[in-house]
Amino acid sequence: MKFIKDTLLKDARHFQIATLSALLVLLLIWSDFAPKLHVVALVLSATLFTQLIFFKIFKIPSIDYRSPLITSLSLCLLFKTNLIWLYPLAGAAAIATKFFVRFDGKHLFNPANAAIVLGLLFMPNNVWVSPGQWGSAVWFIFALLCLAVVVLNRSGRADIALFFLGSWFALLFARAFWLGDPLDIPLHNAQSGALLIFAFFMISDPMTTPDHRIGRFIFALVVAVAAYVMQYVFQIREAIFYALFLVCLMTPIIDYFLKDSRYRWSSQGRKT
Amino acid sequence: MIKYFLTVMALIAFSATHAQAFCGFYVAKADADLFNEASKVVMARHDDRTVMTMANDFQGDVKDFAIVIPVPTIVKKSQVNVGDNKVIDHLDAYTAPRLVEYFDSDPCQQFEMMEMMAADSMVRRGAAPKALMRKAKKLGVTIEESYSVGEYDILILSAKQSDGLFTWLNQEGYKLPKGVTKILNSYIKQDMKFFVAKVNLKEFEKEGGTFLRPLQVAYESDKFMLPVRLGTLNSKGPQDLLLFTLTKNGRVEPTNYRTTKIPTGDNIPLFVKDEFGEFYKAMFDKQVKKNNMKTVMLEYAWDMAWCDPCAADPLPAKDLKKLGAWWLDEQRDNVQPMPNQRRIMPPRGGAVNVFATRMHVRYTADSFPEDIALQVTDDRENFQGRYVMQHPFKDEASCSAAGDYYKKLPKRFEKEAKTLASLTGWNINDIRKKMEENGQSFKVKSGTTNNLGDGKPWYENMWND
Repeated sequence: MKFIKDTLLKDARHFQIATLSALLVLLLIWSDFAPKLHVVALVLSATLFTQLIFFKIFKIPSIDYRSPLITSLSLCLLFKTNLIWLYPLAGAAAIATKFFVRFDGKHLFNPANAAIVLGLLFMPNNVWVSPGQWGSAVWFIFALLCLAVVVLNRSGRADIALFFLGSWFALLFARAFWLGDPLDIPLHNAQSGALLIFAFFMISDPMTTPDHRIGRFIFALVVAVAAYVMQYVFQIREAIFYALFLVCLMTPIIDYFLKDSRYRWSSQGRKT
Repeated sequence: MIKYFLTVMALIAFSATHAQAFCGFYVAKADADLFNEASKVVMARHDDRTVMTMANDFQGDVKDFAIVIPVPTIVKKSQVNVGDNKVIDHLDAYTAPRLVEYFDSDPCQQFEMMEMMAADSMVRRGAAPKALMRKAKKLGVTIEESYSVGEYDILILSAKQSDGLFTWLNQEGYKLPKGVTKILNSYIKQDMKFFVAKVNLKEFEKEGGTFLRPLQVAYESDKFMLPVRLGTLNSKGPQDLLLFTLTKNGRVEPTNYRTTKIPTGDNIPLFVKDEFGEFYKAMFDKQVKKNNMKTVMLEYAWDMAWCDPCAADPLPAKDLKKLGAWWLDEQRDNVQPMPNQRRIMPPRGGAVNVFATRMHVRYTADSFPEDIALQVTDDRENFQGRYVMQHPFKDEASCSAAGDYYKKLPKRFEKEAKTLASLTGWNINDIRKKMEENGQSFKVKSGTTNNLGDGKPWYENMWND
């Protein structure tokens, strides 16, 4: 209990790291298409090392390894390439976007999402995302852990994950209703592991989402609608990632109109 | 232990014992009892171009043959072709799960390696009769195209309402099960068209009248998916689908269903050689159960340039082109298989531009409620379903090493028995019995004791003359 109270609950990211690590372990046991261990090692070390370098360059005193750990775990779970060197490069690129693509003291893109989108855009013949390789048992365990992330993160901004999932499911059910499809289809679609990682670890990144609650709701809704259009009208399988990438550009505008206090991780000196 | 590589047996057309095929949808023109249990589909895909080939092993009366397949675009006559069953059979054989045989060498001899090897159609365009058009139009059905290709009469339909389409198809003698309108409606709203084909008996007889050839459709669309929903309606139980894909980039995977690899590389008892089909079916059944019938099984993923071991030679470029690999350059990309060679290594100039994936799905409407959405990945990692038979050394061996060798054999056999039992769910005692009958004895062979193979304890011969 002491461990839970002092470590897991002290910073929302601790529980996030524990959740993503648990998922990675489950997949390593369960899935035939889990990332290889050396890939995990490569992504983790490249991401953390890049973070270290940038902290040194920008002379930031207290180095934080939690955010890049979340980034690298998300990448391990979603990002796939047939070029081994692209794995560490993706990790490094993810961290680099945090330091170079900034507006008004906030970085614009969620780093893991940015790395996925940049990979898909610039290396279309070498990068892909496998959204379907989970299985419902793993999905269910992971979904429970994700909900725990929201509950434990009361002061945080995980509400955006629920806003997004709410909008996304509403769109899926509306589509099924319009097509006259059985409810099995939207329920089946909802059981995507990639969707959970996206909702609870990417779009909910407090550093890249609007400060105001209403702003976050608008943001989540726009991402859901854009992703829906890309996925079902243009048949883009990685729609959610592209949608978040594009809508992140809106954050400064939303922040301009809906002002609220800037987010700070509870156990952190400086945010990056 | 050195192994002599000897034979490769492929499990060809595992599904061929089932009645008929097609991923789309069989509908009876008469009241013929139609099954829809096993299908073989080949999809060649690059960029937004897809060529779909549907193997046809329909075994009923051809006049009863009719299919309805949702397609993403209007398909003109030049986009349809009647293919060759042989090419699909070849692809089936090349990608099939395989049984490999190895032979133990004489434990007393130094290891020397030895390798032995075992094993177009005419297009006619016909305008739809005006009366047919008018009748269709009244029901909100538009006959977009109407033509005959080979032995098939084909209509491409678009519709405004599923009720009208249902009524029209029924009036035209296509017998559709109830409950189909909802699904037709869903496709209509997604702007899908309907590819409707039946057999033109005159042409069928002209072509020789023996069997129906596969239908091929080429189209351009962002949609890369396999429609399976209609097919679940008129089936009595779970259906099997073998989906082969040919791509330039790499393995194809479903994005809305999980993929699992079929177990591979295990050593199994020798008697399985005579019942490899049964073995594979039992193993497949068990895998399906284990995954609640909710996964797509990967059976093969390999660069088309080579194979090791080869269940059949890789397909030559001209056949790959026939199956829709339009991006191939026949001159450059042709593989020259050596006759009777059981292993073809990657060519020096790099890979041929075709990557083959073989997926096997067993599904019902409950377990696969949605059409299978697919994506081409860039994963070129090779995978095959491969099972190993390891023959023990048969002749007499008498040396110090032989004792150890024979002592280890029963343990090895026991492991094979357990592996087989866990893969198939077969009774382990039955397996052991069959192994004993087949010469895989669990008793330590004589000779273990004195290494001379006379069955006497080691000490007896010490003092005997």
